[in-house]
Amino acid sequence: MISRRSMLVAATMLAFTAAPSQAQDKADAKVKVVATFSILADLVKNVGGDRVEVAALVGPNGDAHVYAPTPSDAKTLAAAQVVVTNGFGFEGWLERLVKASATKAAMVVATKGVKPRRSTDDHGHGGSDPHAWQSVANVAVYVANIRDGLAKADPAGKGTYEANATAYLAKLDALDRELKGEIAKIPADRRRIITTHDAFGYFRDAYGIDFIAPQGVSTESEPSARDVARIIAQVKKQKIPAVFLENVTEPRLLKRIAEESGAKIGGTLYSDALTDAKGEAPTYIDMMRHNVRQLATALMS
Amino acid sequence: MQGGRGVTLIYDTLIGPFAEYEFLRRALAGALALAFGAGPVGVFLMLRRMSLMGDAMAHAILPGAAVGFLFAGLNLYAMTAGGLIAGLVVALLAGIVARTTELKEDASLAAFFLVSLAVGVTIVSARGTNIDLLHFLFGNVLALDNETLLLVAGFATVSLLVLALIWRPLVLECVDPGFLRSVSRAGGPVHILFLALVVMNLVGGFHALGTLLAVGLMMLPAAAARFWARDITLMIVIAGAIGAASGYAGLLVSFHSGLPAGPAIILVAGAIYAGSVLLGSVGGLLRRGIPRRHLEA
Repeated sequence: MISRRSMLVAATMLAFTAAPSQAQDKADAKVKVVATFSILADLVKNVGGDRVEVAALVGPNGDAHVYAPTPSDAKTLAAAQVVVTNGFGFEGWLERLVKASATKAAMVVATKGVKPRRSTDDHGHGGSDPHAWQSVANVAVYVANIRDGLAKADPAGKGTYEANATAYLAKLDALDRELKGEIAKIPADRRRIITTHDAFGYFRDAYGIDFIAPQGVSTESEPSARDVARIIAQVKKQKIPAVFLENVTEPRLLKRIAEESGAKIGGTLYSDALTDAKGEAPTYIDMMRHNVRQLATALMS
Repeated sequence: MQGGRGVTLIYDTLIGPFAEYEFLRRALAGALALAFGAGPVGVFLMLRRMSLMGDAMAHAILPGAAVGFLFAGLNLYAMTAGGLIAGLVVALLAGIVARTTELKEDASLAAFFLVSLAVGVTIVSARGTNIDLLHFLFGNVLALDNETLLLVAGFATVSLLVLALIWRPLVLECVDPGFLRSVSRAGGPVHILFLALVVMNLVGGFHALGTLLAVGLMMLPAAAARFWARDITLMIVIAGAIGAASGYAGLLVSFHSGLPAGPAIILVAGAIYAGSVLLGSVGGLLRRGIPRRHLEA
């Protein structure tokens, strides 16, 4: 029995050694994957499991809109076998970095097949709103793209990736139902908030909460006195119950708006970046759950 | 009736926004404090041919504020302390080098502010985060809370008081530094105190306007005032008034047109400067053609 099993192991090892791709030179060599920002990195970790080693160019709490790549990023890219990007013009800085690093990595665009939403502001990212991960249904597409991309770059791991992806998709499915259940409890006429960053368009479409933002889609533009006055007037007129802070823009401005309009200040909503392991949203699933709970708490009262 | 409607229109355009929105009143209060604090300092900088020093100091302050932000988050006092320390260290070192070696003050200042900037950027990127650095560059005059407003107003008050105290030696040093040195040894300390005022006003300004635009409310009114007065006292009064008018008009422009508030204030100041260059009663381009009395000593 034992000897037959060790024969089998040896045969498997041989098969790995014989495989053409350099990645499988050693059975324990991991596939090097680079994701452009923390949310994608989390998805890749869930699909790739132990077979992949993931690095995020823009780490937890970083703002991928205004990111300035460093030379070490080019080095990371050059060593990568797979690069996972969001697409929809989110990573404007990436193209030049890819050229500069001369990487031969396979490129996986996570939003491939996602129906783009028009950006609400005309000064956005070339028309398509890039924040598609704010809808769990879209992230199911992300996961499928990542699964296929990984399987193509590392055919030997195809079975693992498929099994991991199926398990994770089931979790996403449960998450989607949970979020919809939470939001169903909020009275329909209170499902309106104001937040600094217009990154929740897909969330609005999927879950029916209206997000009104004082700034455009990008964090690069500064609100004018007219914008701020309009928001305050709007909060007062439409009796919007809550104002939310967000982890990448000026919090003092929102406090001012809340004070002047009488709206409640909600907790932090995470839109473009996860927190580190100690924070409130270390994974994508945690992030979505956290956001919906924050919304429910502020809007129910 | 016609007249009544006109008055309403004027009220809605010029006063109504401030009556209706508290954030605009706060922004105006902040802008006025900055104008009255920084304007006079700007006049002295200009008269001493150190106009570009404000810009250099703004760069020196930025990394200090960023380091404060890294250690304490968006904390007003940490960022203020960081900015003050970085600015004062650069001003002191540059002053010492300029007074003890052959190197002129502008050159030593350039050297130190660049080093400060590089140190700041290094520390920030070593911590691996790039959040919100843009806020230091552009600030937000629309988001002034009580603490920030008190700080800005406090800095302006202290600045004016200190300026009154060191007025005589400061004016003397502008006119004739050699004479001041021959009659008094106050030149060195007064100079350093003056540099400290520059730093303080810029640190106060960056919370409202950001490090770079704060320099605009210091230098543009001063440069414009130069075209309206020969007398230093009058020049300072005019600079303060021009700064205040820029703050008020800039906020209105931002309110009615949707331009960002900080840049709008500085653009108005720039327009006043351009108008002064052309029309100013003292050496304005268009007045030069008109014959006038000879200068009297």
